[in-house]
Amino acid sequence: MAVVSTENVPVKTEPDVVTVRRRVREVSSQLGLSLVDQTKIITAASELARNTIIYGGGGSMQVQTLNGPRVGLRLTFEDNGPGIPDVDLALRDGFTTGSGLGLGLGGSKRLVNEFEIFSKPGAGTRITITRWK
Amino acid sequence: MEKIPILKMGDFLLVTIQVDMHDRLALALQDDLTRTISQTEAHGVLIDISTLEIVDSFIGRMLSNIAAMSRVLDAETVVVGMQPAVAITLVELGLSLPGVRTALNVDAGMELLRASVKATKEMYGSRLH
Repeated sequence: MAVVSTENVPVKTEPDVVTVRRRVREVSSQLGLSLVDQTKIITAASELARNTIIYGGGGSMQVQTLNGPRVGLRLTFEDNGPGIPDVDLALRDGFTTGSGLGLGLGGSKRLVNEFEIFSKPGAGTRITITRWK
Repeated sequence: MEKIPILKMGDFLLVTIQVDMHDRLALALQDDLTRTISQTEAHGVLIDISTLEIVDSFIGRMLSNIAAMSRVLDAETVVVGMQPAVAITLVELGLSLPGVRTALNVDAGMELLRASVKATKEMYGSRLH
């Protein structure tokens, strides 16, 4: 698998969620993802960016375009926040420690082809999502 | 701070969301709308989201909240113009917008609102006799 391009987008304040959505829209459209696939990964990115800010205290999103053999878009959200004590529980629909609907993590997972989460209490959270063309 | 305009048309309020809303703007719209419903005694709210590229759980919750709050204030809410890709994504995300009435376009939405206001008036009318 070849990484064609990599860039980092700050995810620190609430308006950054809008920037994240805009950037993911631009890159996924350049890659030629279908409109439905673009909408799915933008929505997933929006959920994860909000989580990064609210629960992770801010962090960043890495945008990677992939090529060879498959074309795809990979996004990695990383923060140095408190981490998630029970990842399985956090992935369950309806579970939230905040005031949201508890659909962010589980919902994002359903919207992408690959979903990886690394989190430890005190060691932050890293979530990688990939949508293939 | 930027604001989403709320237009009054007869008994109804019209909102067209044409910007990519950050969360605070969505919350402000929720507050503005409930205030305007109570001030104008509007009986219907039509929200056009045809230019929205995504509806995530935050915006979805805002739409559900607006529908619930306006119902308590005696107004119906109809959300119109959702793009097919947005609808597909929303359902996969796990949101079905409970309590939110939808229509494909503004015309159909206005029709729904008129019918619902008429039905309410008839119901109250028949109770008076």
